[in-house]
Amino acid sequence: MITRLTAQTTFRVSAAFAILSFAMLAGCKHSPPTNAGLKPTAQGTALVESSGGHQVGSTGTALKDPLVVQVNDDQGSAVPGALVEFHGLAGVSFDPAAVLTDSSGQATTTVTMGTIAGRYQLNAVTPGKFKPESLDIVETALDYQQRVGFILADKYCSRCHDPESSPQRVSNYDNLEVKPHPFSEGNTLNKMSDADLTSIILHGGPALNRSALMPPYGNTLSASDVKALIAYTRAVSDPPYQPPGTVYERK
Amino acid sequence: MQPIRKYLSSVWQALFGDPVRAFGVVSLILLLALAIAPAKEHFSQWHSYQRKYLALIHDRGDAISLRRRFVPGIHQIWLPELGVVDRCTTCHLGLKEASLADVGPQPFRKHPVVPHSLDSFGCVICHGGQGQATTVAEAHHSERAGEEPILPTRYIESGCGQCHQNFLPGTPQLNLGRTMLTRYGCVHCHAITRPDGSKVEATDHPPSLAHIADKTTREWIFSWLKDPQAYAASTTMPNYKLSDGDASDLSAYLVSSSKPQAGDSAAPSAKPTTAADPAAGPSLYGESFCASCHAVQNAAGNLVGGDLGPELTRIGNKAKPEWLAAWLENPRVYDSTTPMPRYRFTPQQTATLVAFLQAKSDSDYGSGVHLDAPSPQQIAHGRKLIVELGCAACHEINGVQKPENFAPDLSTIGSKPLAQIVFLPGMEHSLPSYVAAKIRQPRAFGSSVKMPQFTLTSSQTDALTTALLALTARGRSMPDNLRVAAVPETNYQPAGHAGKLIAELACFSCHRFNGRGGDMAPDLTWEGSSVQRQWLVDFLHNPNTLRPSLIRRMPRFNLSDSDNKELTDYVLTVYQSPAIDADLASAATNSADAVEHGRQLFYSKYACQACHIVDTKADKGYIGPTLTQVGSRLTPGWVYTWLKNPQALRPGTTEPNQNLSDEDAHAVTAFLMSLKGSGGRGAK
Repeated sequence: MITRLTAQTTFRVSAAFAILSFAMLAGCKHSPPTNAGLKPTAQGTALVESSGGHQVGSTGTALKDPLVVQVNDDQGSAVPGALVEFHGLAGVSFDPAAVLTDSSGQATTTVTMGTIAGRYQLNAVTPGKFKPESLDIVETALDYQQRVGFILADKYCSRCHDPESSPQRVSNYDNLEVKPHPFSEGNTLNKMSDADLTSIILHGGPALNRSALMPPYGNTLSASDVKALIAYTRAVSDPPYQPPGTVYERK
Repeated sequence: MQPIRKYLSSVWQALFGDPVRAFGVVSLILLLALAIAPAKEHFSQWHSYQRKYLALIHDRGDAISLRRRFVPGIHQIWLPELGVVDRCTTCHLGLKEASLADVGPQPFRKHPVVPHSLDSFGCVICHGGQGQATTVAEAHHSERAGEEPILPTRYIESGCGQCHQNFLPGTPQLNLGRTMLTRYGCVHCHAITRPDGSKVEATDHPPSLAHIADKTTREWIFSWLKDPQAYAASTTMPNYKLSDGDASDLSAYLVSSSKPQAGDSAAPSAKPTTAADPAAGPSLYGESFCASCHAVQNAAGNLVGGDLGPELTRIGNKAKPEWLAAWLENPRVYDSTTPMPRYRFTPQQTATLVAFLQAKSDSDYGSGVHLDAPSPQQIAHGRKLIVELGCAACHEINGVQKPENFAPDLSTIGSKPLAQIVFLPGMEHSLPSYVAAKIRQPRAFGSSVKMPQFTLTSSQTDALTTALLALTARGRSMPDNLRVAAVPETNYQPAGHAGKLIAELACFSCHRFNGRGGDMAPDLTWEGSSVQRQWLVDFLHNPNTLRPSLIRRMPRFNLSDSDNKELTDYVLTVYQSPAIDADLASAATNSADAVEHGRQLFYSKYACQACHIVDTKADKGYIGPTLTQVGSRLTPGWVYTWLKNPQALRPGTTEPNQNLSDEDAHAVTAFLMSLKGSGGRGAK
């Protein structure tokens, strides 16, 4: 039920602001440190992400793949026995929240997402030799409608729209003369209104003067299916999608 | 005494000394008494939330319309039919306000989009908690008799499962949990009855142990019982944490009670004449597509292959070679209901496969096990253990009856009162945490607990918990018209000699016919209207792949010509769809013009080449089946009807319904039927 976003989702500062406006609203309650009893035997000088970032999961549930970060020393080699603490907003929980790196210098934790859908910025910290090293990780939680959209996209859309290919599921992306837009491609899709997306899904590419390789799904998907697909597209878009209209933030 | 009396009388004088004074004081007391109720309301928790809500919307652009929709006071959703009295909306004021989607966490955020409306279902049906309560503590966290705290979000899909007994596309966790209840053997011991009275049936296939000594040794059974996951990481057999003595006695009973099965070892005369060809082993294993159902651990420790049959990583440690040969010869001799097909291997092929599989062994596995010949007491103790542990609830065992109601009924586990639960120290007092802990570590709840240790990932535990929490009393008391029943498997059974062939080839393990069977391969209910005779004959002789991107493929069964004809005749006669108009075939004018028009429509208007390959040089579409020879594979009537509406023929198929006009559908059919391909060249 969870997939990795395409690799090119580089971290952007502008994104950081839009990411979770409820960061502040939640009162920035960090998970309490639970490193009692952990005795670090070493310290590194850098913290890097190994795997488990940019996952898409569901609200309130654990992400499919564990989050793995690695502590390195100044030579760039792994440091075993260093303490790593994970922090998130209220509602996000880590199991464990603090852990010592294993023999290959890696710290592994299972992330359970909060109850609100959106993009979550998580944070891993290691004390470090000279100063605390910190690493930001982005994960996405989908609500019910977005998840329905994800399931529909997985069935009808991803084989062409997702360029990532695996032996179990070969992508058709490279076979197409006109390349489809991956759903995470916010730079293109954020400019398209919901009405445009609806009409291209219902009537196919030619409805917006685009390629006929995109077939019409109007007789196959229901209106609520299409809404769910659009909600999913908006949820995984990078840079994040900003709905039209004024945005209010609580003081 | 005297001073007190004096003091009291002076107070009385001061308050009620004369009528005017008395009147004033009484009025004051009355006024205060009257103020109690409004003051209580003013300082109540929900009132303070309503004030906060007004403060929140005050600065927003749509404050006027938000304020107009705001109604002060206690709100209530009352649905007598469902037994819902929910006052949650008293504080959760923004649930229906689309513009409040950007507000922080509850209580004022808009509810995410779900298929049901708040007004027709209320809140507690999905979320649990106390709908009538007007304080946060009572509504969310009450643990008093018969009350239940609200459900954590991670199990929220259990709310859907109360009414929806069927497969719901939007609830993957619930679906996984329900599949696990039937696949991991839970319902062998625990009875679960759905609200409509139907029973949840197991779909796994625990092997019969009536002839176990033909198949394997007592030493292997001992090692297996000690730790099933050490033999096969993917097995669903749980760990009973047996002591060495118990495992030894248990294996002694199983071996001593096992009766030899006629035909369970290959005829000794055949053995010396057929030599195994070690070089051909891997390719025969590959060609027979054993990996479509069986997994093997690769060097990196990952399982590669399907999960329909048992994992074969260490099969050489387990299976005796003569049993393996007999099994490959005809699996139905040992187990009449096995999902494994009969392949009709030649003796040479069988010998080759046996040698190949025997080599899949781990010399370390069970190497330290030496069991002495058992005494009768040990055998008797083994039988006692089997009865106590309920082994016969899953496995057929000689001399032991299948126990009835071996473990507690779980039909209403989702409404188990907290008062009936003994929580472990330090555990959160809620039903979800109890159920999850019981699945995770059943033996932690006392040494007398018989439930074994399952090896589950945390997402599997969450899924099982979700499926169990869906089994609520509320689900049973729901009006029938709101419940969506599960779709049971039919007991469809094809008849005659072809029916026997279909059973022998275990077609149902992968294919579905008339609502029964697996989902690995296409549904064949209408196959007879779909394909042409010659193609089907050729395909059954040598199945070549239609979809190049698939890794699970149809194996070759070495059918004789007469069996092949029998099967082909049956499929073409019986699996006919009433939706296909055979006359359409002749109506399609296959003139060169029509074919050319169809080709243009195929490539330009409908851009079918996005997913299908017609010209192997130019087209690259990789999703649908290759169409290079579709003209000699499918019938024109099927192609036409499919083009008009694919979902009508195969519900859920990925190909979109492009709403072709009759003329366009005729032209594209004409074009496709002109693609006869080049003889038997498969598109591998």
